[in-house]
Amino acid sequence: MKPAPFDYYAPTSVEEALDKLTELGYSGKVLAGGQSLIPAMNFRMARPTALVDLNKVKELSYIKPTADGGLAIGTMTRDSVVEEDIMVNERYPILVKTIKHIAHKQIRNRGTFGGAIAHADPAAQLPAAALLLDANFKILSKAGERWVKATDFFIGPFMTVLEPEEMLAEVVLPPMPANTGASYQQVSRQKGGYAQAAVISTVTMDGSGKVKEARVALFSVGESALLASKPNQVLAGQVPTAEAIEEVAAYVAKNECDPGTDIHGTEEYRRNLVHVLVRRALTDAVQQAKK
Amino acid sequence: MTQKVKVAITVNGTLYEREVEPRLLLSDFIRHDLGLKGTHVGCEHGLCGSCTVLIDGLSSRSCTLFAVMVDGSDIKTVESLGTMEKMHPIQEAFQEKHALQCGFCTPGFLMTTVEFLEGNPNPTAEEAREAIDGNFCRCTGYENIVEAVQLAAKKMAAD
Repeated sequence: MKPAPFDYYAPTSVEEALDKLTELGYSGKVLAGGQSLIPAMNFRMARPTALVDLNKVKELSYIKPTADGGLAIGTMTRDSVVEEDIMVNERYPILVKTIKHIAHKQIRNRGTFGGAIAHADPAAQLPAAALLLDANFKILSKAGERWVKATDFFIGPFMTVLEPEEMLAEVVLPPMPANTGASYQQVSRQKGGYAQAAVISTVTMDGSGKVKEARVALFSVGESALLASKPNQVLAGQVPTAEAIEEVAAYVAKNECDPGTDIHGTEEYRRNLVHVLVRRALTDAVQQAKK
Repeated sequence: MTQKVKVAITVNGTLYEREVEPRLLLSDFIRHDLGLKGTHVGCEHGLCGSCTVLIDGLSSRSCTLFAVMVDGSDIKTVESLGTMEKMHPIQEAFQEKHALQCGFCTPGFLMTTVEFLEGNPNPTAEEAREAIDGNFCRCTGYENIVEAVQLAAKKMAAD
């Protein structure tokens, strides 16, 4: 229950951190809040050769409004800071609701917004929230910056398009469209525990009772967080009737997730949960949008 | 050659300057290097909450942090609360409400409660229950702990 030894670097600027990551290559790993990595190291499931600790890189911790009405969140911003931020609460109440389901207060006080996304745990909330909100990621390396959409970022369990010499520096959330409702639905054995299945959705209405856009993100039911495509295909331009929502929920449960079986539930049980939770999430989001 | 890193960490008002291995967990730094054994280590992977301490006023697991990560921080452990002769109101409330049996988890509950009551000095039972959702107790069944958190709030308001 003690981590294996590793080489430790604590840069105080982004530039210094990128230099170190380039030098270390595949033997280096970024240490952000540590709330997922350190437990894995305690079990020795993870044994990184070298860690580049970003906790002293203060310039990576911020929440800034963007010109278009969205927000830019620095990668090292603690989850509890995002959760309590006034702008986040005003612009993305669904993000606040989602963060409240991340483990417990003690974990959110240390865990970071970008760290959870870069870690890409298929059972984690923030990768799914990034997909749902159509986030854009600023990725830095010594060679410069590149931007990757959340939809292109996750490639498997704990796997992303990040190269070893790169870091996820900033998460940009586009503005939430007007007349949008949102909903968070999960089934877990206890509050703060891993979900057996979870769904977050947003529905934007067009003002005449029809759906403009419907987005459904899922987690804990596949190799990574997932963004379902069927909901928008079926619901966009339509009145969101109970029948239409039911059709979408059944389709997503059957075709747009890939849950496994473990001691907490079988694949069949989890598909059933997805069916129920997608239905609840869309129904609730439509209700919220009408308010 | 094992790497050692210099850290300067304030714990309960005392500044400690030490050289530590990067892999040293904060919980082990507190218990082994500083000898402050009030902080208990239960699961050692961030689930049970026994090792909860305050870092710059915010409750955190000390078993899922390396000591080097909190270089320069101000840490409070359960030893910062009260003494046997003069207990902290939260400790008094836990005693009066029988909110502990074996007591192993208690330091974590106490430190969690310190932070919680600072932000919410008059919690409902439901809020108190939610506040302690990151701490496991295998003895009490939590009911008395919820009552103790509310009693502590009353005691602190009266002080």
